[in-house]
Amino acid sequence: MINHIYQLVSPHFFSVSYADVNLNEGVIVKPNFMSICHADQRYYLGTRDAKILSKKLPMALIHECSGTVLRDNTKTFKTGQKVVLIPNIPGKKCDGVFENYSLNSKFRSSSIDGFMQEFVSMSADRLVAFENIKMEVAAICEFVSVACHAVNRFNLATDKKVGTIGIWGDGSLAYVLSCVLKEELPDSKLVVIGKDVRKLSYFTFVDRTFLVGSLPEDFSVDNAFECAGGEGSFFAIDDIIRFIRPQGYAVLLGVSENKISINTRDILEKGLTFIGCSRSGRKDFEKAINLMGKSDFQSRLSAVVSQEPEVKEISDIHRVFKKDSYNLFKTVFKWGV
Amino acid sequence: MIFGAILAGGVGSRMNIADMPKQFLPLGEKPIIVHTLEKFLLNDKFDKIYVGVHTNWLLHMSDLLKKYNLADERIELVRGGEDRTESILNIIKKIENDESLNLSDNDIIVTHDSVRPFVTSRIIDENINMALKFGACDTVVNSVDTIITSKQGDTINSVPERSTMYQGQTPQSFNLKLIKKLYDELTNDEKSSLTDACKVCVLKNVPVRLVRGEYSNFKITTVTDYKIAQSMVGRLDID
Repeated sequence: MINHIYQLVSPHFFSVSYADVNLNEGVIVKPNFMSICHADQRYYLGTRDAKILSKKLPMALIHECSGTVLRDNTKTFKTGQKVVLIPNIPGKKCDGVFENYSLNSKFRSSSIDGFMQEFVSMSADRLVAFENIKMEVAAICEFVSVACHAVNRFNLATDKKVGTIGIWGDGSLAYVLSCVLKEELPDSKLVVIGKDVRKLSYFTFVDRTFLVGSLPEDFSVDNAFECAGGEGSFFAIDDIIRFIRPQGYAVLLGVSENKISINTRDILEKGLTFIGCSRSGRKDFEKAINLMGKSDFQSRLSAVVSQEPEVKEISDIHRVFKKDSYNLFKTVFKWGV
Repeated sequence: MIFGAILAGGVGSRMNIADMPKQFLPLGEKPIIVHTLEKFLLNDKFDKIYVGVHTNWLLHMSDLLKKYNLADERIELVRGGEDRTESILNIIKKIENDESLNLSDNDIIVTHDSVRPFVTSRIIDENINMALKFGACDTVVNSVDTIITSKQGDTINSVPERSTMYQGQTPQSFNLKLIKKLYDELTNDEKSSLTDACKVCVLKNVPVRLVRGEYSNFKITTVTDYKIAQSMVGRLDID
């Protein structure tokens, strides 16, 4: 069967490539709903380094996706079963190392084609089935799994689970992470520090929100999560070092394109521990699916999902990427090519 | 019920590549018709998928199904007719005579050229939806080139406005009972003038809705088409 793959050839320019798919191998999945990540948007806009763009493109974008099983040669899933697709393809296994950090691993819409394809041929272990989650919300499962992974890393590193957790950032990642922390560490006090009043107003379920720059002098947190990313990473990490109590843990999730300077003197003086987190693995997806099955959790996620009209052709792909630039949080769309 | 009908009745390749019909020529790793059939198989809305094949090639097609592990109980091979309309009618006859099928007035048939392997799942889905809702639909793309009409082939008769011109592709999909009834009502002259199944509806003033096709959903007819198709799937080493 000839598959149609919608690749970004250069910023703002898509082209369809065609590839033969073996119907008798793995699991054939029809992508149904997709969500746009900042990383996809950076490729689309061309804000990545030119050398990186020339190395990675052409490439199909999107690594957040829910879909339907059309054919399963492994007999793991039923035809028509709803699944979320795991974009991480682990490389060499290494004891004690999470699959998302394994050497030689691949990641869709980063090192190989993402999910913007007519069909996707997947290994059975790269799919997680679900039932009681709306397809359009399930599309952001990968995003939720990244937050689950970060919380898991935090839990494994420290037993100081009760206390004040500061979350720096007011975007989608900060929101979803706050949702996960609210579920997983219900006795913690969650404080979100952002710079957009409109975005902060969505964080109704946390204990407190602050605007950056208006933090009281005596403000402090026991532990912190950095979800700012980009140029904001520098300011967020600097704030965290300043306001975190001694021997606190700081989990870093935001991706910054450029290297940033860090106040190591105060890190040493306070005896802080920094945990770097990137992407997620199958167990994090399973955790995310479990959480998303809870109606309150799913409702909170729905509040930040902007569903755009169906994508049926290349002009529609441009439409959703342009709209994503204006949406406050996650952009989700039905994939109907 | 929803029936697929893949039309593969042709016998000559006209390609000077091989003696076999073009639908059996390889495209990438497998024959063109296998690619086309697989696209239909992945759509679970189809209750049955009929493949109309010329009598001489029925066994070959049957062997291909085994070779490419396409053991799907929905597939049935049917003897093709002299032309595509007759092939469609043969398939409809086969459906009507199958007592195991629970037929109703709402049954539709999605007919498709076997030599259009680049058909997309969207096109198939939209054909199914349109045929269920409106009774008849055709897959088309806007005409990029200006259309010229010339009755004698040496002088222009007219230059129709391009914005109203479309190129017909397949699938073409119909309510099963509607297309059968309309065909039976045609005169022999009208029947002999048929080059396209949708024309049956047009001759009887039954509206045919349009489904947006894709330029990639082209019909592999000539050697050039075949070369283009091969290069599209990354195979340039043919001639």
